[in-house]
Amino acid sequence: MKLTSKVMPSSESFKQNQSAHLDALAQISEAAEAARMGGGERSRARHESRGKMLPRRRVANLLDPGSPFLEIGATAAHNMYDGAAPGSGVIAGIGRVQGQDVMVVCNDATVKGGTYFPMTVKKHLRAQEIAEENHLPCIYLVDSGGANLPQQDEVFPDRDHFGRIFYNQARMSAKGIPQIAVVMGSCTAGGAYVPAMSDVTIIVRDQGTIFLAGPPLVKAATGEVVSAEDLGGGDVHTRLSGVADYLAEDDAHALALARRAVLSLNLRKPQTVDWASSEEPAYDPEEILGVVPGDLRTPYDIREVIARLVDGSRFDEFKPRYGETLVTGFAHVKGCPVGIVANNGVLFSEAAQKGAHFVELCSQRKIPLVFLQNITGFMVGRKYENEGIARHGAKMVTAVASTNVPKITMLVGGSFGAGNYGMAGRAYQPRFLWTWPNSRISVMGGEQAAGVLATVKRDGIERRGGSWSAEEETAFKQPTIDMFEEQSHPLYASARLWDDGIIDPRKSRDVLSLSLSAALNAPIEETRFGVFRM
Amino acid sequence: MFDKILIANRGEIACRVMETARAMGVRTVAVYSDADRGSKHVAMADEAYQIGHGPAPADSYLLGDEIIATAQKCGAQAIHPGYGFLSENPEFVDAVEAAGLTFIGPSADAIRAMGLKDAAKVLMEKAGVPVVPGYHGTNQDSEHLSGAADGIGYPVLIKAVAGGGGKGMRLVERAADFMEALESARSEAITAFGNPDVLVEKYIQQPRHIEIQVFGDGTHAVHLFERDCSLQRRHQKVIEEAPAPGMTQEMRAAMGQAGVRAAEAIGYKGAGTVEFIVDGSHGLRADGFWFMEMNTRLQVEHPVTEAITGVDLVEWQLRVAAGERLPKRQDDLTINGHAFEARLYAEDVPKGFLPATGTLTHLQFPAECRADSGVRAGDTISPWYDPMISKVIVHGPTRAVALARLSRALEGTQVGGTVTNLAFLGALAGHQGFARGEVDTGLIARDLDVLAAAPVVEPFHRVAAGMAALNLIEPMSDSGFTLWSSLRRVVTLSLQGEEFEVEVEVDGKDLQLWHIAGEKVIVSRRGESWIIGSRLMPDVTHSGGAITVFDGYGLAFDVVDPLDRDARAGGDTNVIEAPMPGLVKAVFAKAGQVVAEGDRLAVLEAMKMEHALLAARDGVVAEVLATSGDQVEAGAALVRLQDEGE
Repeated sequence: MKLTSKVMPSSESFKQNQSAHLDALAQISEAAEAARMGGGERSRARHESRGKMLPRRRVANLLDPGSPFLEIGATAAHNMYDGAAPGSGVIAGIGRVQGQDVMVVCNDATVKGGTYFPMTVKKHLRAQEIAEENHLPCIYLVDSGGANLPQQDEVFPDRDHFGRIFYNQARMSAKGIPQIAVVMGSCTAGGAYVPAMSDVTIIVRDQGTIFLAGPPLVKAATGEVVSAEDLGGGDVHTRLSGVADYLAEDDAHALALARRAVLSLNLRKPQTVDWASSEEPAYDPEEILGVVPGDLRTPYDIREVIARLVDGSRFDEFKPRYGETLVTGFAHVKGCPVGIVANNGVLFSEAAQKGAHFVELCSQRKIPLVFLQNITGFMVGRKYENEGIARHGAKMVTAVASTNVPKITMLVGGSFGAGNYGMAGRAYQPRFLWTWPNSRISVMGGEQAAGVLATVKRDGIERRGGSWSAEEETAFKQPTIDMFEEQSHPLYASARLWDDGIIDPRKSRDVLSLSLSAALNAPIEETRFGVFRM
Repeated sequence: MFDKILIANRGEIACRVMETARAMGVRTVAVYSDADRGSKHVAMADEAYQIGHGPAPADSYLLGDEIIATAQKCGAQAIHPGYGFLSENPEFVDAVEAAGLTFIGPSADAIRAMGLKDAAKVLMEKAGVPVVPGYHGTNQDSEHLSGAADGIGYPVLIKAVAGGGGKGMRLVERAADFMEALESARSEAITAFGNPDVLVEKYIQQPRHIEIQVFGDGTHAVHLFERDCSLQRRHQKVIEEAPAPGMTQEMRAAMGQAGVRAAEAIGYKGAGTVEFIVDGSHGLRADGFWFMEMNTRLQVEHPVTEAITGVDLVEWQLRVAAGERLPKRQDDLTINGHAFEARLYAEDVPKGFLPATGTLTHLQFPAECRADSGVRAGDTISPWYDPMISKVIVHGPTRAVALARLSRALEGTQVGGTVTNLAFLGALAGHQGFARGEVDTGLIARDLDVLAAAPVVEPFHRVAAGMAALNLIEPMSDSGFTLWSSLRRVVTLSLQGEEFEVEVEVDGKDLQLWHIAGEKVIVSRRGESWIIGSRLMPDVTHSGGAITVFDGYGLAFDVVDPLDRDARAGGDTNVIEAPMPGLVKAVFAKAGQVVAEGDRLAVLEAMKMEHALLAARDGVVAEVLATSGDQVEAGAALVRLQDEGE
């Protein structure tokens, strides 16, 4: 039951692995640092000179001292918009206020005045989606000029654009998920609806403003000359308009008021799972960097990772002798029972059936699922197609798609093709999806994609009687290989919010635990499965 | 022996008396004022009754008739007065006895005999007790007094006849200053005691205050040796000790005999103290002490005598009051070792020993000392009574050992929730001259700057306070978790009125990085303990925003809650407006008047209700815009305050 590691931390390969992972990690941490600095030194200094707290300071002082902060999309918009929107200009994440898990969404006004780029909208909506799925009260620390006008076609009109933010607020409020806004800067035009749509709104005197049109637009439209404070400042909104409920003297006061507002939410975490007492793994999670090969193509036993994630390194493996390329079993993460589904090679029919079976088991028992994805895909070839691997794969996909237990997915290696579906990829709506710096995601491997394209091209050339040299073929394939390499990189993926963030593999256990804890704020619904193709 | 006694006092002395009474199988009755309903002495007593209707002593503990009635009602046979309050009030003693009860203390006549200082000195001179050269006569003519001063020789001291506590007392160095000092002493004496009469006596150059504990049974008396109470600040005793440093057998015998003579001269019954002034300028000499006054009660500092003699003075008081003879003869009394007592007060030493108030969030004394305390953790030091928290008493085989124990005991004393004089006491206990026994009543004043220095507050202390303020002492397994860089949390604290911010990055459950005024302090956890910088984290208590860091005799911090700055409901706090249409019933504000937040400025009658219109802030009334009888509309300006900048 307790896993036994076969890896020697003193071995040469361990050290090589470690160094490869640390290199990959350094790149991510550099990107995260760039995002943390927001709009840069000058812009930050200007922000502070107005007596405003920097956004991360706002988050820190909203949360309980020492509260964990599980940040969502920390490197969103990385290398997008010519680097104009570090972190996509908004900070989002889960932390605790008065012991209550909450979703914090905090505009970074040092990034283009906190205006909404397409990825800003996407991150805001993703944060709301997490809040809605997991019943997390939302606290919006608002300081934004609204939609980024040059990008209006990408942020305004579509279903999952700006308007969806307010739709979500209304729907969440209707579900009893509290919506609290703290207006710490501008809230212009559409942005005005964030506080207006909230259950409780706090505004900072001489600093927060809420109006549908700012003074310049008012002057242009009606000729009326009015100051921002008289048009929609804190005094006006708490005394005359009623758009806001509490007037704060400054940021610190406003955050304290928001913390006080959480005290009266009267929420209680539902009873969901049977918690055990937490226990450290028998193997140090720090060793993960050494046990996982630096090169994705090198196979390894995923149990080495599981042994460094779960309580006491104890793993009750289910069906260990059947469909061995998929490892399934029960364990605890910091006391929370979980069912783990982990890849240990390419998926065969047996493995897919076992996966479907195990997901059904966990759904029946209401045990949260953890997917450790390292999948090149389902096995291909005549034998496998003829025995109906698509049918068996479909069973697993159906099970994963239908289950209502919380799913947490972690990309610990490759995520290619239909394997991504069966292993609760983004489209399967896991509550959280985290990636490791060494992971890669694409419809197939770059080499394979280039090979497919080259084969098609060669067939065409040869059908027309032409010839294609090996050098020409290599040259043809290279751009595809390069493109796949770039686009499958976790920074590229995370910039576009295909996941919730890249994490340090050594923190996987903490991230899993916090994800599970957040997910268990919502009751676990009964599951009704779709038709399994038998 | 009595079955039941009433203790007409509060605080530590009430508790002290009850402890002995209980040990003797005597039931105890407490009385208490409004403010003391939940206090320790009430909880300790077998029965407790409220006296009067207010917290002030005049409305409670000084209501002799009510106290006597209570004693009669509950069947107490005797009343112990403690010290202060009614303890030296002869009319009260008469009333107690008239009610058929026993007063645990001297007779009314004995109290009267010692009550007026000049008469007492005449009496003592007759009994052969040396008195300070001086004029104690009834001729209060200024010229006459000035002449008497010339006769005594300068410097002289002018003292109010009815005085005490330093009030109505003036030191005069030169004849030229006499008249002015006399007038000022007289006017102070009138204010304080209603009696302008003064006496003039020789001023002793390097005075020491040494007193003899006496005990009489109405006829005979014994003495229980001396106490040295020279360490005083403005005539308030700070640290007392027994025996007196440098005391010789010969002088002790002479002083003891003088004390016994004094007591027997007035037929003294019970515990009393004969105070002497001693010239310490050339060592102690048997002819160098003079009678000052006699305190006809149990003294605050009686425990040092108990520590060196093994006598329970309260037990003696009860036994003698119950009619027993003196429990010991003079020859049976001996001195064992040395004892100190330090008076622990809630007071702000750097701010001129300002009495402090507050709720004691924490109170702990080292096991090695005797702590006579009238309060417990959770109790409040109220402004109504003396802010004493406790007396810390230590005993040792020699003066040096006892003094070392005093230092340790003060270091180990933990008081949370209020400022205290602990650091001052600690500095005194560590004073080099004091350690050598070079004590005189001027020591504290001479070295006050050093002794009363504000404690040095290091980043170490601020971090410890910050950790308590942010509840970061007991970490959780996910404390401070972030994916990439840690968050910086700030908290504002105040220390003696100075506000400052401290910031922390929590980096997991075992590591914190604190930022204190530009300085970084690493805090790491080893096992169950935190190491701040390189030092072990001191004990800290936190209760209701009050934090005490127990290092350097305890540093009291307060957490500044941002919510305390709650924004006002209105926008313009300058103008007081009518909240609804109505009739102005009254206007209290006048132009130029200084008003405080919450002051009533006007009354508006509307909808059958009277609405008081209050000042929204402190300020000065600029103009009054309505008069009584005006009918006003909603929003009408009634009073305008001056702009805060004006």
